[in-house]
Amino acid sequence: MQNFASIFSNAIGLIWSGDPALWAIILLSLQVSIAAVLIAAVIGLPLGAALAVSRFPGRQVVIVLVNALMGLPPVVVGLMVYLMLSNAGPLGVLQLLYTPTAMIIAQVVLVTPIVTALTRQVIETLDAEYHEHLRSIGLSRLATVPVLLWDGRFALMTAVLAGFGRAIAEVGAVIIVGGNINHVTRVMTTTIALETSKGNLSLAMALGTVLLIMAVAVNAVVGLLGLRARQVAYA
Amino acid sequence: MLKRICVTLCQAAVATGMMAGLAAADDSFIIVQSTTSTQNSGLLDAILPQFQDKTGIEVRVVAVGTGQAIRNAQNGDGDVLLVHSKPSEEQFVANGWGVQRFDVMYNDFVIVGPASDPAGVAGSEDVVDALTRIAQAGAVFASRGDDSGTHKAEIRLWAATGIDVAAQSGTWYRETGSGMGATLNTGTGMGAYIMTDRATWISFGNKGDHQVLVQGDPRMFNQYGVILVNPEKHDNIKADAGQAFIDWLTGAEGQAAIAAYQIDGQQLFFPNATR
Amino acid sequence: MRDTAAHDLTVVPIRGEDTGIPILTATNLLLDKGDTALLDIPRLQVQNHGPTLIMGPNGAGKSLLLRVLHGLIRPTRGQVSLAEPFDQAMVFQRPVLLRRSVAGNVDFVLKSAGIPRRHRKARVARALAQAGLTDLARQSARSLSGGEQQKLALVSALARKPDILFLDEPTSNLDPTATQSIEQLIAQANRTGTKVIMVTHDAGQAKRIGGEVIFMNKGRVIEQTPIQHFLQSPKSDAARHYLAGGLLI
Repeated sequence: MQNFASIFSNAIGLIWSGDPALWAIILLSLQVSIAAVLIAAVIGLPLGAALAVSRFPGRQVVIVLVNALMGLPPVVVGLMVYLMLSNAGPLGVLQLLYTPTAMIIAQVVLVTPIVTALTRQVIETLDAEYHEHLRSIGLSRLATVPVLLWDGRFALMTAVLAGFGRAIAEVGAVIIVGGNINHVTRVMTTTIALETSKGNLSLAMALGTVLLIMAVAVNAVVGLLGLRARQVAYA
Repeated sequence: MLKRICVTLCQAAVATGMMAGLAAADDSFIIVQSTTSTQNSGLLDAILPQFQDKTGIEVRVVAVGTGQAIRNAQNGDGDVLLVHSKPSEEQFVANGWGVQRFDVMYNDFVIVGPASDPAGVAGSEDVVDALTRIAQAGAVFASRGDDSGTHKAEIRLWAATGIDVAAQSGTWYRETGSGMGATLNTGTGMGAYIMTDRATWISFGNKGDHQVLVQGDPRMFNQYGVILVNPEKHDNIKADAGQAFIDWLTGAEGQAAIAAYQIDGQQLFFPNATR
Repeated sequence: MRDTAAHDLTVVPIRGEDTGIPILTATNLLLDKGDTALLDIPRLQVQNHGPTLIMGPNGAGKSLLLRVLHGLIRPTRGQVSLAEPFDQAMVFQRPVLLRRSVAGNVDFVLKSAGIPRRHRKARVARALAQAGLTDLARQSARSLSGGEQQKLALVSALARKPDILFLDEPTSNLDPTATQSIEQLIAQANRTGTKVIMVTHDAGQAKRIGGEVIFMNKGRVIEQTPIQHFLQSPKSDAARHYLAGGLLI
C-alpha cells in the first residue's frame, strides 16, 4: 500500500496524462451529475419555497417526509429506478436502462429531496423576515416565491451544491441503473468501485482524489460565479 | 448572467438526455449480462474489440453476480447471458427465458489463504478434504454469500463435506455478501481462506501475503455458458446481433481469442465450445 | 397575484377637506389567542383630518390593531371597511429591505404596485432624492445605516403614493437626527394628502406630528381625542397614568 503523498501525485499524474479514457469518464460523471442537479434544482427550488410559504393541514408531515427523503439510500433509489426502467417494468418501452439518462433519473430522485429540504429551510428563514413587507405591498403567498428565491439565491447556491456533492459522490444508484458499462455508463464512482474490486486500491484512491479535485473545481467555479453575480447585482 | 448560464446548462442537460435516448434506440449494440470474473480478469476487454471490429456490433457488458445477471436477463434487460453456474443456466433455458445454452470455456477455482496456513491445507489437491480441515481447525473462511456462480459452486463443495456452514455463519464462516473483488479485499484483510476463480485472483492487485493453497481438483472446474435471451419473452431482445455474438464466441475466432488471453504469462480461460 | 382582499391599487386620492365621512371603520373587532382577547374593539372610526396616532403601553395591542387595519392579520371576527378602495402602504419598526440595491428596493415596490417600467425610473429617482439617498442608489440596501434604511423603507412606501400610510413605531430604534428626517417625511406625506396612521409611544413625537390619538390599553380603545386634549386632559385614568410615566398592569 502506497502512502497518501504518492497517491496524490498519482492522481495529479492521471489528470495530466490526458488519458482520453479517463477524461471521458470524468466528463460523463460531470455531465450526468450536473444535468441531474439542474433538473433537481428546477423541481426542488420552487417546491421547497412553496413549502416554506404555504400553510395547509399536514404541512409538517410533508416537511418531515422531505427531510427524511434526504437520507434515501442510493442503492434503494437505484433499485426503484431499475424496476421502473427494466424491460419488465412499466417504463421499459423507453429503453432507458443502462444509459446515462437512467443515471440522471436516479440522481434526480436522490438529489431533489436535498434541494427541496434545504430550500425550504433557507426560504422559511427569509420569509420570516420578508413576509409582512411582501404581503403589505400586495403579493399573495405564492407570488412571494420568486421574490424569495431570487433574494435567497446566494444561500440557495449552497443547497444546490449540497445536491451536487451527493450526486457526484454516489455509486449505489448509478451502478445499478447504468450497469458500469465501459465507454457508455462508466463514471468516476463506478470506476473506483471496479478498481477496488480488482484490488487496485492505490489506483482507486488516486481516482478518488481525481474525483475530489473535480468536485472542488466545480464548487470553486460556482463560488466565483456567485461572487461575480453578487458584484453585478450592486454594480 | 446567472440565468444565461442556467439556460445553457439546461440545454446541455436535455441534449445529453436525448442523445442517450437515441443511442438506446439504435441496433448497433447488444447488452451482455455477465459476471464480475469475466470483467475483472480483463478477458472481455481483451476479446470484445475483435468482435466489434469484425461485425460493427458493440458489446456492452453489465458485470454482476450470476444470480443478479440471470434475474436481469429474465427482466429482458440484456440480450445475451454469459455466466458460470450450469444448473442455474439450464433452469433458465428450461423455464423458457433463454433459447439454448452453449459451453464457452472454463477456468478453475482455487482456494487462497494466508501464508501461515493455520488449517495446513497447502498443496492439497482434494478440495473436500481441504474444506473439512479448515472447518475442523475453525480457521476463518470468507464466502461470497451473494448467490453468485462462485458462491453456488462453493456451496456445492461444502455440501460434499457434509458440514452445515449455514449454522456456522458469523463464527469462522463469514459471508461478505459482496462481489469476488470485495470478498478478496475483506478476506485477505482478516487472514481468511477464500475460494475464488483463478482469473480474478491472478489479476487481483491486493493479495497481501495470501497465496494459492488448494488447486487442481477436477471438482473445482468452473464452466462458463452463453445463452441468447428468449426474444419471445421480450420485444426488445436483439436476437440476430445476440446470436452473432454467440456464434463468434463459440466459433473458431472467439475460442482462439479466449485461449490467447494471458496475464503474467498464464492462460486464464480454456475454450471448450463443442460446436 | 395581488391580494385584493387587503388592497386595491386603484389610486383614489383623498385630497381636499374633511368630508365628514370616516375613511376607515372597524366594527366588532375581536382577535383571540386561545382564551385571551388580544383585541376587542366594538367600533372604531378614523377620519381623514390629520394624522392618527395609536398610543398606549406595551402589550396594549397597538401593533396588532395597525396590522388588522392594514389587512396583514385577519381578525377572529369583525371587519374593517374602507370608504373607498384606498391604496395602502406600511412601514415597520425594523425596516424590511430586500437583498438588492437601494434603487432596486424602491423599484420593486413600484413594480409590485403595477407601475409600468417606463414610469418607474423617474419615480425611483424622486424617492431617493427625497430621502437624500441618490448617491447610494447602487449600493446594497442592507449596507445602509439604520436611519438610512428606515428612510429608504419610508420613501419606498410613499413612492406608490398611497392613500393611507401605516407606520409601526418607525423611529423607535433611531437616533434624534434620523428621527427628525423621518418625521419630516411623514409631515410632508400628510401635507400632500396621505392619511398617516402611526403607532408611537413617544408623547413628544405625538405632539410634533399632531392629529388625533387613539389610546389603547389591554386590547381595547380607551379614548380617541385630538392630541392636545389627550396630552393636557386625558379622560381616562389609564391614559393619565400612562402619560405620568407609570406602569399599567
